[in-house]
Amino acid sequence: MAEFCMPSLGADMKAATLIEWKVKPGDFIKRGDIIAVVEADKGIIEIEVFEEGVVDKIIVPEGKNVPVGTVLAIISSMKEPSETKEEKIVEGQVIEKKETALKLEPEKVLVQEKPVPPLPEVLEGKKHFKVSPLARKLAEELNIDVSTIQGSGADGIINRADVEKAAKERELKKKIPVTEKAKMPKEVEYQAGMRRAIAAAMSRSNRDIPHYYLETRIDMTRALQWLEAENQKRSIKERLLPAVLLLKAVARALKDVPGLNGYWIDERHQMKDEIHIGFAISLRQGGLVVPAIHNVDKKSIDELMAAMSDLIARTRAGRLRSSEMTDATVTVTSLGDLGVETVYGVIYPPQVALVGFGRISEMPWAENGMLGIRRILSATLAADHRATDGNRGAQFLGSMKRYLQEVSML
Amino acid sequence: MTEKNIREIINKHLTKIAPEADLGELPENANIREELDIDSYDFLQFLIAINEEIGIEIPEADYGKLSTIEGIIRYLSARMG
Repeated sequence: MAEFCMPSLGADMKAATLIEWKVKPGDFIKRGDIIAVVEADKGIIEIEVFEEGVVDKIIVPEGKNVPVGTVLAIISSMKEPSETKEEKIVEGQVIEKKETALKLEPEKVLVQEKPVPPLPEVLEGKKHFKVSPLARKLAEELNIDVSTIQGSGADGIINRADVEKAAKERELKKKIPVTEKAKMPKEVEYQAGMRRAIAAAMSRSNRDIPHYYLETRIDMTRALQWLEAENQKRSIKERLLPAVLLLKAVARALKDVPGLNGYWIDERHQMKDEIHIGFAISLRQGGLVVPAIHNVDKKSIDELMAAMSDLIARTRAGRLRSSEMTDATVTVTSLGDLGVETVYGVIYPPQVALVGFGRISEMPWAENGMLGIRRILSATLAADHRATDGNRGAQFLGSMKRYLQEVSML
Repeated sequence: MTEKNIREIINKHLTKIAPEADLGELPENANIREELDIDSYDFLQFLIAINEEIGIEIPEADYGKLSTIEGIIRYLSARMG
């Protein structure tokens, strides 16, 4: 028997609205199945499940907004069939339902090894603020963020009365804007939510992460010539974008310098074997989403182009999956399309590095005593100094540069 | 296909990418990628859509000729005969 809880879809998410259940009690589910759709600040997200079993009970109804960690449904494992399932077998319905469940689009099965990474935001809250157990429980029930409360107890400890006071204040505040909120178009409200989510994650990053920045210039001429020759052979639908080469080079370089791929959680550097690159995708209406492209190191250039196109299209249509929102091990942001020369990024916690790419532009370039015009890209690394040092960062950029000069190595 | 038809096709696909844009206000010689904030991915999708609808293959080397509305119309008209 397992509890299926509202996952955290990023360090900055506190709650989400359950929009739709894709399963019903009695349905058989397996790892990677999408079982629910929720709406968070970042958009509509499909939630995957990481265990196999039978849906026993749906607890949270559609349309309800609940905090991260709330039990949404109960899932019985296959080894301990629930009473519900047995009853259904008697009724002769379960087999039919099993078939429907198994038909759930198989391509959505994930490669992800572990469930959602731990919630740094929650851990942090517990670390920094002294809260009495009763007050913590009450705050959780009332969905109040303890970090916003001023404790009145000894040593500034937050007690029950403080939480109750905060709840009352919140109610009072709510009463005024409710009418205004009603007038606010849904789009604006959604935008405000996304802005708040970005603000929370980035403030935390700037507050907690001692960033160091390194920059290098990469001669992309040969890589782009290879790409152009390749694209000439292809129909327009199969053409590659330079971003694919950049993503691949990042993945290769992370294999060489693994310290930049992973998290800083609980004062500890946790390197990851899987390379899931969070790819910053801007939205037309403003804001950005950074979903992950999974296992970039294991994908061919063509597979990577397909994965990137699929991800951009789904991000802009607001259809992302929960694992894509949570398991990026590093971030890549490319602002070259906008003419930016150099990107100095803000790391997305709990990750430890962000790679930024600017515009590729023609420049006078001296090499081996010769001056020529080459197509040059500025690549930057923003990294967490708690996890790595500049030397490691320099090795990473050096490695990436080598891969981009010799595309056959990608 | 007349110039008017081509323009309608262009507008239809640009609207899909940039639904908020007022294409009537967009000067013919303006760089559409800059004016409408179209990134390289969206631009490729736009050209794929045009290719699918009109059936004209657009080599990558010609992308530069397709940066403005008038450029796109000229390019497509010339290839449609």
